[in-house]
Amino acid sequence: LAETPDLAVDFAGIKSPNPFWLASAPPTNCGEQIMRAFDAGWGGAVWKTIGAQVTNVSSRYSSIDWNSKRMMGLNNIELISDRPIEVNLREITEVKKRYPRHAVIASLMVNSNRDAWHTIVAQAEDAGADGLELNFGCPHGMSERGMGSAVGQVPEYAEMITAWVKERARTPVIVKLTPNVSDIRVVARAAKRGGADALSTINTINSITGIDLDTFTPRPYVGGKSTHGGYCGPAVKPIALSMVQQVMSDQESMLPMSGIGGVANWQDAAEFILLGSGTVQVCTAAMHYGYRIVEDMIDGLSNWMSEKGFATIEEFRGLSLAKVTEWKHLDLHYKVVAHIDPFKCIGCDLCYTACWDGAHQCIHLDRVSGPIDGPVDVHTKPAAVERASRSLITETPIPKLDLPVLARESQYATPLSRIPRIDETECVGCNLCALVCPVEECITMLEVQTGLAPETWEERCIAGLQAKDGTFFSG
Amino acid sequence: LAAQSLFQENAEIARLFPDLHPPFARQAAVIEANRCLNCFNAPCTIACPTHIDVPKFIKKIASDNLRGSALAILESNVLASSCSRVCPVEVLCEGSCVMHQHNEQPIAIGRLQRHAMDAFDALGGKLPRKTLEQQAAKIVCLGAGPASLAAAAELQQRGFQVTVIDKKLLPGGLNTYGIAEYKLSSAESLREIERIAELGVEFRFGVELTNETGLREIDNKFDAVFIGVGLGAMHRLAMPGGDHPAVVDALKFIEDYKLGVTTSINGRVVVIGAGNTAVDAAVAAKRLGADDVRILYRRTREHISAFDFEYEHAKQEGVSFEWLTQPVAVQSIQARIESVECMKMQMDAAGGITPLPGSYFNIPCDVVIPAIGQSPLIELLAKFRGVVIEKGRVIIDRATGQTTNPKYYAGGDCVNGGREVVDAVADGKRAGAAIANSFGKVRVG
Repeated sequence: LAETPDLAVDFAGIKSPNPFWLASAPPTNCGEQIMRAFDAGWGGAVWKTIGAQVTNVSSRYSSIDWNSKRMMGLNNIELISDRPIEVNLREITEVKKRYPRHAVIASLMVNSNRDAWHTIVAQAEDAGADGLELNFGCPHGMSERGMGSAVGQVPEYAEMITAWVKERARTPVIVKLTPNVSDIRVVARAAKRGGADALSTINTINSITGIDLDTFTPRPYVGGKSTHGGYCGPAVKPIALSMVQQVMSDQESMLPMSGIGGVANWQDAAEFILLGSGTVQVCTAAMHYGYRIVEDMIDGLSNWMSEKGFATIEEFRGLSLAKVTEWKHLDLHYKVVAHIDPFKCIGCDLCYTACWDGAHQCIHLDRVSGPIDGPVDVHTKPAAVERASRSLITETPIPKLDLPVLARESQYATPLSRIPRIDETECVGCNLCALVCPVEECITMLEVQTGLAPETWEERCIAGLQAKDGTFFSG
Repeated sequence: LAAQSLFQENAEIARLFPDLHPPFARQAAVIEANRCLNCFNAPCTIACPTHIDVPKFIKKIASDNLRGSALAILESNVLASSCSRVCPVEVLCEGSCVMHQHNEQPIAIGRLQRHAMDAFDALGGKLPRKTLEQQAAKIVCLGAGPASLAAAAELQQRGFQVTVIDKKLLPGGLNTYGIAEYKLSSAESLREIERIAELGVEFRFGVELTNETGLREIDNKFDAVFIGVGLGAMHRLAMPGGDHPAVVDALKFIEDYKLGVTTSINGRVVVIGAGNTAVDAAVAAKRLGADDVRILYRRTREHISAFDFEYEHAKQEGVSFEWLTQPVAVQSIQARIESVECMKMQMDAAGGITPLPGSYFNIPCDVVIPAIGQSPLIELLAKFRGVVIEKGRVIIDRATGQTTNPKYYAGGDCVNGGREVVDAVADGKRAGAAIANSFGKVRVG
């Protein structure tokens, strides 16, 4: 048996038995919850943001379903903790006493006042928090009061408050960034200049999830009105990954990173870590399925690390950063074309319609009539294909009379007439067909040799040469 | 439609024959609709004789556009409510679903179609007209079964005045009188026909077409004739005792219980024949209280003309099958049937059957229900001048339904020898469109 990988992390000086933290949100509302979460396996928890006590509204959440799957995206209009500061602090002390090896981070948000920040920092650290997370990201409610994203959207404020906190803090300070900005690096750099020890990215995204088409009121419904909220869940993961990459690839921004945004399983976590995150924070998935989801996060990540030969998180952290580059550094002469495995094809022909309407018109239903390669005008078009089918006279088969006639017409499970074919001479290798195909490994993208030496756009510009296909001037 | 008031649903029959496939609840329908891959040029649409655009109506269910969904269905098939219940979807749309190759259950297309159609009814939906232009030509449809109803609806939607004539007192033909009640109730059949009546189609019931004079009158009065008369009576048992009054053919038996004439049955029942109608009758006999129901068939399981799912359903309902069994006589004592005398058959390698010598035996029973097919209406069909009949079937051009007499069109069972409701609807729709076009192109839509 290979040695079990070590999932323990040291995040900017905060020690945690694994990289899975609960984000500052309803799952970390109180000590009782957090202790149950630790029992389930979570390595750390960022306490629901502590500050001057607020009053919340009812209702608070709304979500986006997709194709009958619930909560692809979740939106909330809940404010920071609505419990008294003293209660939260007392419970932090209790949790740390009973779970000394787990990470307890105090998320903080107070008025933009130096003394107020000094006070809350001292209170949180005295209570025993292992670190502080400054909530500069909450996009709803608190921002109207000059806090949350109102701070995170103005680099000068973010830098100033970070500096105030650092004047007093003895534990690591994490600045939580809002994605509701044009370039996340601007605020990340400000936080770094202010002395932040780490960053967490991203907070929720401004959102209106939808409108009730009977009452014309957006969701969530609060007495006849609604307000924009903060969006999170699986739908936001790609945005979060991109922002984490932007920050971690920027020398002036880069700090220890706690990745947040749609993390629901170990695979998501591995992706955030590959882009440089030292820990990940989870909220929506835990709200959807409960704390128990962390079991497979730990188990799955361990198994994957064993398979890949990684003994620690640090061994693969950031490995993908070098593989993200600017467009201008991509090889213009690399080429793939799609390939359809006729044995796997089920004949849905979604690749066909996708290629014709959404891509480059190079998938054809001509295996029976005989393959023809070439530009769009030499092929039968989709409308003609459908017209021909609709004009067929079909009737219900009678078992004894008709069914033998329906015997297989080809060696494949799907009738040959329904198995699409790629015109490789026209295929640009865009991936769309492979993305829409419902069958795993049915459509694969195969590398083809162009016989041309690698060349990037930047190199082409520098060389001042026009490509044979004329893309220099048109691209 | 006045005739509808002639029908009163029987509460006992309704209790004994609940829906075999209960309707979807709203969310279940949406979940199922979302499962549909939305294939291009979908195989289900191709397999449907009326070419209902299946992914189109299913995705409208997913988007909660139920009115649009039903209208998309009705565009192709005006008897969509009954087809959603009675179609043998296993060998049509659902049988061709690509999910079979995808290691998943096929999409429940029939039940989804019913979901859309039920919602349409609940919304008080009506069949749309295809044009506001009125046509002068008058058309008659002979028979009020699915083929004629489809032709009538198509023509009326295109502005023609259509009259439908039937010898029965209720419209719908086998849809109303001859389909197992747990698949399609008579009440549901009539409700659906009400939509066609609302278009303005004129119905005349209780009109028996027998003499040449009557047919000549029709020929004089109408500009085109659609023959949708279906098939005639069921074959009689050609054996001693086969004409005993307690021998009741399957269609008569089914009609009687559907109309509430028969609400219970006692004793042992023998059904002769192993087609879909035999299964319908056997299952009904079981539900009506028969102690024992057996289907006798002279060949083996592999040779029955009932669909596989009908055979499985019969077994589930407790019907038993006697293979290689040839009835030879119905034994009776006066008004009471005693038994069916049978002999065993033997099958050779080529599938040929011969009687096993000395194998006579009796199956005791109280009711005998032959289900050995319907005869064509040869005498009636022969009276249509210039309309060529071959092997009991009206010869037509498949694309238009036109017979060898250009003024006459035909479709449904009298053309195909007896297939499904959806086949009749497809025939009627094609003929309706062709009749309309024969009076000059009309812009529709």
